[in-house]
Amino acid sequence: MANKTINIKLRVWRQNGPHDKGHFEEYELNNVPTAASFLEMMDLLNEKLISEGKEPVAFDHDCREGICGACSMYINGRAHGPATGVTTCQLHMRLFKDGETITVEPWRAKAFPVIKDLMVDRSALDEIIKAGGYISVNTGGAPDANTIPIPKDVASRAFDAANCIGCGACVATCKNSSAMLFVAAKVSHLALLPQGQVEAKERVKKMIAKMDELGFGSCTNTGACEVECPKGISIAFIAKLNREYLNANLMP
Amino acid sequence: MIKLDAKIPQGRLKEKWTNYKENQALVSPANKRKLDIIVVGTGLAGASAAATLAELGFNVKVFCYQDSPRRAHSVAAQGGINAAKNYQNDGDSVWRLYYDTIKGGDYRSREANVYRLAEVSSNIIDQAVAQGVPFAREYGGLLANRSFGGVLVSRTFYARGQTGQQLLLGAYQALMRQVNLGKIKLYPRTEMMNIVIIDGRARGIITRNLITGEIQRHFGHAVVLATGGYGNVYYLSTNAMGSNVSAAWKAHKKGAAFANPAFVQIHPTAIPQHGEYQSKLTLMSESLRNDGRVWVPKKVEDAKAIREGRKRPEDIPDEDRDFYLERMYPAYGNLVPRDVAARAAKKVCDEGRGIENNPTHEGVFLDFKYAIERLGRKVIEERYGNLFEMYEKITGDNPYETPMKIYPAVHYTMGGLWVDYELMSTIPGLFVIGEANFSDHGANRLGASALMQGLADGYFILPYTIQNYLADQITVKPIELSHPEFEKAEKEVRDHIKHLMSINGKYSVDHFHRQLGRIMWNKVGIVRNAQGLKEAIDEIRALREEFWKNVRVPGTADGINVELEKANRVADFFELAELMAIDALHREESCGGHFREEYQTEEGEPLRRDDLFMYVAAWEYKGDGQKHEWELNKEPLVYEETPIKVRNYKVAK
Ligand SMILES: Cc1cc2nc3c(=O)[nH]c(=O)nc-3n(C[C@H](O)[C@H](O)[C@H](O)COP(=O)(O)OP(=O)(O)OC[C@H]3O[C@@H](n4cnc5c(N)ncnc54)[C@H](O)[C@@H]3O)c2cc1C
Ligand code: SF4
Ligand code: FES
Repeated sequence: MANKTINIKLRVWRQNGPHDKGHFEEYELNNVPTAASFLEMMDLLNEKLISEGKEPVAFDHDCREGICGACSMYINGRAHGPATGVTTCQLHMRLFKDGETITVEPWRAKAFPVIKDLMVDRSALDEIIKAGGYISVNTGGAPDANTIPIPKDVASRAFDAANCIGCGACVATCKNSSAMLFVAAKVSHLALLPQGQVEAKERVKKMIAKMDELGFGSCTNTGACEVECPKGISIAFIAKLNREYLNANLMP
Repeated sequence: MIKLDAKIPQGRLKEKWTNYKENQALVSPANKRKLDIIVVGTGLAGASAAATLAELGFNVKVFCYQDSPRRAHSVAAQGGINAAKNYQNDGDSVWRLYYDTIKGGDYRSREANVYRLAEVSSNIIDQAVAQGVPFAREYGGLLANRSFGGVLVSRTFYARGQTGQQLLLGAYQALMRQVNLGKIKLYPRTEMMNIVIIDGRARGIITRNLITGEIQRHFGHAVVLATGGYGNVYYLSTNAMGSNVSAAWKAHKKGAAFANPAFVQIHPTAIPQHGEYQSKLTLMSESLRNDGRVWVPKKVEDAKAIREGRKRPEDIPDEDRDFYLERMYPAYGNLVPRDVAARAAKKVCDEGRGIENNPTHEGVFLDFKYAIERLGRKVIEERYGNLFEMYEKITGDNPYETPMKIYPAVHYTMGGLWVDYELMSTIPGLFVIGEANFSDHGANRLGASALMQGLADGYFILPYTIQNYLADQITVKPIELSHPEFEKAEKEVRDHIKHLMSINGKYSVDHFHRQLGRIMWNKVGIVRNAQGLKEAIDEIRALREEFWKNVRVPGTADGINVELEKANRVADFFELAELMAIDALHREESCGGHFREEYQTEEGEPLRRDDLFMYVAAWEYKGDGQKHEWELNKEPLVYEETPIKVRNYKVAK
């Protein structure tokens, strides 16, 4: 297999800090191997900028295999770019054409202020978990793990929800900047399991209250989040979240 | 010389941990509130330790370099976690898990620690399930298990291919609950830059805020490092991009012995490097070797033609394919252990038969054609569908139609800071847990045992042993941050940063890191020999000197500066690399992941030399910061209750 390369133009959002207005800057990058990942392409850009004595583009990343949830680029108008079911780090340059102009922006949402360039502050998602996204057990004293049998399909559905990597693409995609898919994933994961049902009502109320307080918008069921979620979290979980919430408020 | 006292408790193996707990000192609830503990790292080890210590009532400060503790490198672990539950009734027991671990580690780990690990393994599964970790289950609703890493029992618990993620989310949620209760103060995007030692005890750390560049001082009655492994010294590895040795290394230079640095695990099935620009290697699950056959062309010309795109692998007829693992190891075939498979792959590529079109031609085929013929495409799809999809996304090749390409990659580091039975380093008050310590895996780690060790350390061992240390610290008042030792440690950090920023040379940090990686991979990698190691030491020193003359770190130190972060880490990797080569050179034997060409049997199998090297090599830093020197301290390994065997994969046992 010969190693193919393409030449591309990049329009990259540059912003010095939360209070800077920010602007697009254009770069040309030649001989980009099509086998490179999108972030490796960004590395090449940065290496070029450094060699020209310019400041590299700041962006978040760590695992580079689609599981840590750190990477977060809005590429050609889509969260995590044109492919479905992948994070930015799993996107490869073979999906782009020679000569193409690629626009790269940060996540844009009131609750995710830009820190610099493509790097945003997503600590609001941690705040929501902190408010109640857990089962309140201390270490030690847990009963034997096989004490409570859990039907295979229930465990499997719980996993489908637990699969969320906390990337925030759902928020970035939503025209209301709602975090409902993220919250629905955690609420459903725990509420589906018998261990999590004990404090299910408390949990959903606390998490929703925190979400509202942090400036996320409300959900109007556009379904955009589901399309861009790299882990395929289903909006059926939002319906479950709504039921859990209603239930908690009707029968506190 | 430091005194290496492992503090192994009295009694039979199975009584030691119980004896320890019954006799150790504890801290009363009222006094716990007066004690501050620093935990650096939020992977499985750090998050579980921080949550548990906070639940007990200590005041905990937690640090990580990611924007959220949930993103720590542990999140990427795929395969599973071991525990001696014997749910499958297939004869597993604490002893068996213990014995498999000791033997897998080629008798280079400490009996008492490993036995305790096996003992607490069951509690980890109970704890995780109570937290809501959605492990795989059987139709009857009970937990499912699989067999992993060539052991005879099914003791591995898993959550699809994302076991690390699910376990980490459990620990992260427990941690966030304590943040909410005010018992933990969290410092994300904060890097530990130095350790503070006062009157011989670890009393604090110096950090850099990665957003503002601010340098800060933090006091703790004790400091816990849970900062992960150092595989990224090779530049390319399966580790996360930010994984680093710096926290451990700073402690090492202040007196913590570094044990067995040369013990590195190389995983046989990663996707090969595809180019110079490549930033990391992606692991493909080991389970693929159950049905895939590993081969390279018999003829060098065929390999060349494949690399150059003149031939496709499908064009090579069976009689021209060398199924080298089946040929060399008829009893185990494609399922030989990780280190054996890795060495064999290197051997055939060194012969010029590598098939990947990359600068080194490193790559072999893993072919599913035969399994598809035998079992049908549907079965293969059920077993490996997700993995095949992931592979295709990365490489653009479809493994149903053309063989996968794989090659070994650096994966895990068994070496780390030396710790005693209490997980305390040679600096009093400095504890080290998870992959960062040298602990339980000897010269080679079994699959699915790292997650087990990290969580055992964090949930069930450290929260006990740290109290034995803290019990007589309750009267120690928090030390003022203006103490001269804090002052001095901070100044060292500022000087270091200033120095790096002032060089203003020609090349990027990655430029140097890549070259360092190449030296390490070629000479301190899968196969080592004395000459190569000596060369490596010289080359590392020369390159380090060049780095300090010619690295370019653009921008300023008072804000986000990713290049500065990288430069800080790579500067430490340079020093560690030298010690790794020194350790590998001194260990004149082959054991586990450490294979010295001079020490093999006539059949080419590793030759372990128990009479000379059955010890932990704990290196003490003796340099002055400019010239690096180390002194070797030995902790003899005594196997009181364990039969000692030699591995042999040529014949079935
Ligand atoms: C791809 C892959 C798959 C794996 N699969 C398995 C498996 O199936 N089963 C298994 O048992 N093991 C597996 N392992 C190994 C296992 O994942 C790791 O050994 C383990 O997760 C390490 O956990 P840890 O808590 O020690 O460290 P890590 O998870 O590496 O966490 C390190 C923490 O320290 C922080 N840190 C580091 N340096 C600093 C600093 N200077 N300042 C502040 N914070 C710092 C980081 O932010 C992070 O929070 C796998 C490893 C890889 C790479
Ligand atoms: S729900 Fe999906 S898009 Fe939203 S944070 Fe989780 S993984 Fe990301
Ligand atoms: S870098 Fe971890 S998900 Fe992309």
